[in-house]
Amino acid sequence: MILLADGWTLTLRKLLQLRHQPGTLAAMLIGPMVFVVLFGFVFGSAIAIPGGGNYREYLLPGLFVMTTVPAISTAMVAIATDQGHGVIDRLRSMPASRAAVPLGQANSDGITGIFGLTVMLACGLAVGWRAHHGIGKTLAGIGLLLLFRYAMSWIGTFLGLVIPSVQMAAGLAPLTFVISMLSNSFVPTDGMPDWLRTICDWNPVSATVTACRSLFGNPGVPGPDAAWPLAHPVTASLLWLALLLLIFVPLSVRRFARAGL
Amino acid sequence: MTDPIVRTSGLRKDFGAVTALSGLDLEIPPHVVYGLLGPNGAGKSTTVRILSTLTRASGGQAVVAGFDVAREPGSVREVIGLAGQDAALDHGLSGRENLRIFGRLSRLGVRGARRRADELLERFDLGHAADRQVGTYSGGMRRRIHLIAGLLRAPEVLFLDEPTTGLDPRSRIGVWESIRDLVADGTTVLLTSQYLEEVDRLASAVAVIDHGRLIAEGSPAQLKSRIGGHIDVVVDSVDHLPGAMAVLERLTGRRPEADGTRIVVAAVGEVPPLPRVVRELDLAGAGIRDIGIREPSLDDVFLSLTGPAARSPEVMA
Repeated sequence: MILLADGWTLTLRKLLQLRHQPGTLAAMLIGPMVFVVLFGFVFGSAIAIPGGGNYREYLLPGLFVMTTVPAISTAMVAIATDQGHGVIDRLRSMPASRAAVPLGQANSDGITGIFGLTVMLACGLAVGWRAHHGIGKTLAGIGLLLLFRYAMSWIGTFLGLVIPSVQMAAGLAPLTFVISMLSNSFVPTDGMPDWLRTICDWNPVSATVTACRSLFGNPGVPGPDAAWPLAHPVTASLLWLALLLLIFVPLSVRRFARAGL
Repeated sequence: MTDPIVRTSGLRKDFGAVTALSGLDLEIPPHVVYGLLGPNGAGKSTTVRILSTLTRASGGQAVVAGFDVAREPGSVREVIGLAGQDAALDHGLSGRENLRIFGRLSRLGVRGARRRADELLERFDLGHAADRQVGTYSGGMRRRIHLIAGLLRAPEVLFLDEPTTGLDPRSRIGVWESIRDLVADGTTVLLTSQYLEEVDRLASAVAVIDHGRLIAEGSPAQLKSRIGGHIDVVVDSVDHLPGAMAVLERLTGRRPEADGTRIVVAAVGEVPPLPRVVRELDLAGAGIRDIGIREPSLDDVFLSLTGPAARSPEVMA
């Protein structure tokens, strides 16, 4: 009970921050919108989808996932900032539940993720993307995206607790872009050199993107002869989620609770 | 004597090859301000961090309000307050929001936290700025909100690590008054400070630590009497210098130092009373233009205990 109450208090803390700085939220949303235009129309005209299909229909699930990955850096920078200001030390010296701080960070990020995804879905609909498999599978896809973002927040929370300074956290932040790029978000992996293709096929981002394509009925879902995660995208993405949460939730909580240097 | 509320015995802390604490023994009585002095790197902050459960000791034992910090850290956190060196606040929130959040996390409940935050803001006369974001505050404002955050629970033991660094004189006096009030309410305060005047005014007992070890302990008055004061004499001509110096040496047992017509001599232990010094100098026929006896400050104590001359352990014997 204490964990839930404290977790909620700390979630509230983060949401209050956003209320004070609506600009942060806007900045978080503008980036992905730019990508819809940039990739959808600029590159999209030159990229062909195997098996045919509209590139923007192919692209949007990739962008949906892409907007969840920076949750790593958001959480990482937020925690590193708290650490730098001594807030983490203060919280550690209080009778608050040990797990509440990482939980609050991940929860609040999960909640802001709902706003982000809503905007992205609206952008997608505006440029012609549609979900074709009915309400059930559409909601399943949305749920998968939110859970994936939640897992990303936990990775960032752990990294924020490990990284020694805000500067370093901010410096690492752009690298999350690479995680999105090394996947099948923008182009199919078929044409890549073997070593790169293996990396991209086994990137959790690829499994999640493919799962969304399959749940939304968008083009680009490979056949059964593809790499295992892409041939079984929904199962693979759920396994990835479970694995990431099982690793990073306990690690973050332990790291926070561990007294001393 | 009452049982100490904070006790450490043989407390050690190593950071790799560096030893921050090498067997620290402290006994802090309840309901006092206890000053912890020492040069940078002496182990003051490490001591505070161990006592407030942020860092684990490498050896020895520490007990706060009856709870062992290593074995019962949760119970220790229930009874302590901490205002560390950094102004530990969320810069994106207002001061009031910060206090409410910390209050809720200190088990005051939603309404209790709200009431306590408002009450403390009122008492510290910060109500006017409490609803602005902390990021827009001056350093002094930030410190005061930070200090209040350590008081939310009215803790049994409050750790204040340099609470007034960066404050203007008026705010500093305000903080001092609050600290005295807290002690009157039954809180024990462990205070570290760069301002020895602050420790002198507030603390009824002081520990001086250096190289992670206790090197002196006592009330500020006891510590000062250990090093004595200075007698400062200006004679009216250089001719009188040797006679006056002889008198001063006889009175203090120390060799005076002369600079022009000015003589300074340290008086260890009991400083001879001024009338006697004047009388003796007069009897010796030394014309005096100016004379003064300077009581030692805690700064003098600090410097004489921790200065380069005090590096050998037998100085304190």
